[in-house]
Amino acid sequence: MNNPDKLEAVNKNSQTQSDVCIKVNDLKLFYSEKSALHGINMSVPRNKVTAFIGPSGCGKSTLLRCFNRMNDLVDDVRIEGNITIDGDNIYDKSVNVADLRRRVGMVFQKPNPFPKSIYENVAYGLRIQGVNSRRRLDEAVESSLKGAALWEEVKDRLEDSAFGLSGGQQQRLVIARAIAIEPEVLLLDEPASALDPISTLKIEELIYELKDRYTILIVTHNMQQAARVSDKTAFLYMGDLIEFDDTNKIFTNPEKKKTEDYITGRYG
Amino acid sequence: MKTWFKSGSPWIWLSASAVSMSLIMVVGLIGLIAIRGLGIYWPSEIHQIDVKKVDGSSEVLIGEIYDSEIVSRGRLEGAGIKLEGDEQFFDRTLYKVGNREIYGVDFKWVLNNKIKSEVYPQDIVVFERREWGNLYGFIENVKENNVIKPVTDVWSDFQSRVDRAMDLHEQIKVIEKDEIGRINAALERLRLKAKKLELTGSLTPESIIEIEADTAAQNKIYEGLQGRLAALYAEIKRDQVVVKVASGQSVDISISEVVRTWMPNNMGLFEKIGFYATSVWLFVSEEPREANTEGGIFPAIFGTIMMVIIMSIIVTPFGIVAAVYLKEYASQGFITRTIRIAVNNLAGVPSIVYGVFGLGFFVYFLGGNIDQLFFPEALPAPTFGTPGILWASLTLAILTVPVVIVATEEGLSRVPKNIREGSLALGATKWETLWKTVLPMASPAMMTGLILAVARAAGEVAPLMLVGVVKLAPTLPLDMTFPYLHLDRKFMHLGFHIYDVGFQSPNIEAARPLVYATAFLLVVVIIFLNLAAISVRNRLREKFKGYDS
Repeated sequence: MNNPDKLEAVNKNSQTQSDVCIKVNDLKLFYSEKSALHGINMSVPRNKVTAFIGPSGCGKSTLLRCFNRMNDLVDDVRIEGNITIDGDNIYDKSVNVADLRRRVGMVFQKPNPFPKSIYENVAYGLRIQGVNSRRRLDEAVESSLKGAALWEEVKDRLEDSAFGLSGGQQQRLVIARAIAIEPEVLLLDEPASALDPISTLKIEELIYELKDRYTILIVTHNMQQAARVSDKTAFLYMGDLIEFDDTNKIFTNPEKKKTEDYITGRYG
Repeated sequence: MKTWFKSGSPWIWLSASAVSMSLIMVVGLIGLIAIRGLGIYWPSEIHQIDVKKVDGSSEVLIGEIYDSEIVSRGRLEGAGIKLEGDEQFFDRTLYKVGNREIYGVDFKWVLNNKIKSEVYPQDIVVFERREWGNLYGFIENVKENNVIKPVTDVWSDFQSRVDRAMDLHEQIKVIEKDEIGRINAALERLRLKAKKLELTGSLTPESIIEIEADTAAQNKIYEGLQGRLAALYAEIKRDQVVVKVASGQSVDISISEVVRTWMPNNMGLFEKIGFYATSVWLFVSEEPREANTEGGIFPAIFGTIMMVIIMSIIVTPFGIVAAVYLKEYASQGFITRTIRIAVNNLAGVPSIVYGVFGLGFFVYFLGGNIDQLFFPEALPAPTFGTPGILWASLTLAILTVPVVIVATEEGLSRVPKNIREGSLALGATKWETLWKTVLPMASPAMMTGLILAVARAAGEVAPLMLVGVVKLAPTLPLDMTFPYLHLDRKFMHLGFHIYDVGFQSPNIEAARPLVYATAFLLVVVIIFLNLAAISVRNRLREKFKGYDS
């Protein structure tokens, strides 16, 4: 408990243990020898939207990808410390990565639907889990698409290729695909950066609705977006977590000089 | 000028002309072999010419024009031909005069200035025969058992007798090839059964009696068939036709020898077109005759296609699995890099080397061991320890596997990373991601690999000569006798057929158009196989299009 950031994070959130969904404990990440994250400590609250902001290359995407162990796919990555989700250490040797990723869904910067029909895209995760009953799939597809606010637009063309959708629709389809397997946590890696303003607005509304059911972590370049959608905001700089607090506080009265400089646009 | 260079136009012109040159060459090549090869089946007019001989007498020739050229005086004199006048160049024409058993040769060069007269009699008949090539002449009479049959319409009577003989011939063929073939196979099985029992030491008196009884039963059927065959042979030899040939003499031809007859000078255009279509059909559907210089090439087409299909069945899964391992699972270090370079270099090894390897490894080593293990009763006669279609397909499979590996790896690396991540993020394992998303997306590239492999394999000849192709295969590798697919059989191949007909044939002039025709067919077969693969690939591409990575 000698890390001031961690002390801060624990003290500031006078929450009970059950309100903390994810705990990051002294997480360090190295790309071969180069250190990208040097000791992150934070507690992410349940059913809230937590935004990660910071200049390019600060490690916010890298950090996000630690939550579902996507960094395992990159060669030469070494991780120290650990992350617990509901008390389970996800970096434990006994953890099945595929199972973890079912609990922690992820949406990427660029829409990445599979070259399949809209229906099959949403059903993909369930089929992987061995669900083949048409009735169950139908229900899951409908509820996920409704959950992603896409159902009305695509209900008549579920068998069409997902590539026929617009970028914004594709991104909502990808969100529907992620929530179809009912994860606990949803990771959004700049989900709106490739979209036009209208589509961005829709995604933001969707995030607002989804937070009742999921703990959402979002990386964004857009500070207005972070201010609009998130409850908590973490500011990262050069691989360090500089400040982590309620969004309101970060944007109105940040404690750290670096945070203030970034938010007021002095650099970044 | 400088601005013209700067504008890039010269380079556009250069590349455009390179493309058009290639196109012209491809179209020209195919056009040349198509015209040369398919022309022989056109029922061209038969000329009857009067040729002045050196001693002043004249000789009548009947034949069709085959070729013509201009030759120099020196060349003709060098060949011992006495010439009058003082022209330096002469036109001469090559006539296909047929009647090989009378003239000794099928073809004759005639100097055009020696031709005194040229007529096209309506009633000249061409006889296509099972032996001795074509015969040209006029029908005089029809004989039955060497007695002249007086009939009013000789031509139609003759036609009905030809049809009857063809019918009988078909019956004989069925008995000889299918029924006797089946008995031979059964007898061979019985012999092998006895030998196998003997080898395993379980030959009991009862089983000997049983096998002998079966053998006797088969022999009895065989004798019955022999009787029927003798009767059919007697029947088929009944009719003869008397033909007056060019020299004026009359010859008797057994009608059983005649395959087809036609009167080209008496045919209208549509009749000729119909005749042409039948001829081409016979060429692709019949078996070869007379040391491959006559008849069709069906066994060669069949063998080529079948070998390519078996090769594709072997090479596709093998190449894809190898590429998936190399690209997706193997750690990308020095060893993987070495393996990849080695695979790429395999594609450059001369194909005859693969032939030698196939003969040594597949035929002698693998095949020999298979014989030792599974067919000891047939030894010393080899079953798989001899060149055959399976070994030929395997040899071509290792010849083409680098192409499939390289193309598949290329396709795998083109599948965008974010698609893989999307699948993994949904809780799919690496294997599930590969199987459900990556491999389907890479399938057009795999088809490209297969297309290249097919194109290379279908045109390959040299290695096949060592591992399974023969000049004349009596049976197809696929037929109606158990086990239907005979992977141990030797087979015929269009590429080898070209070589054999073109360079091993005793009758060069007759064989030349067949070389063109066979070459054209080989090209058509390869195009057909490629188009099939391309259409599959396009359908796959259509399915995965629209994703810009």
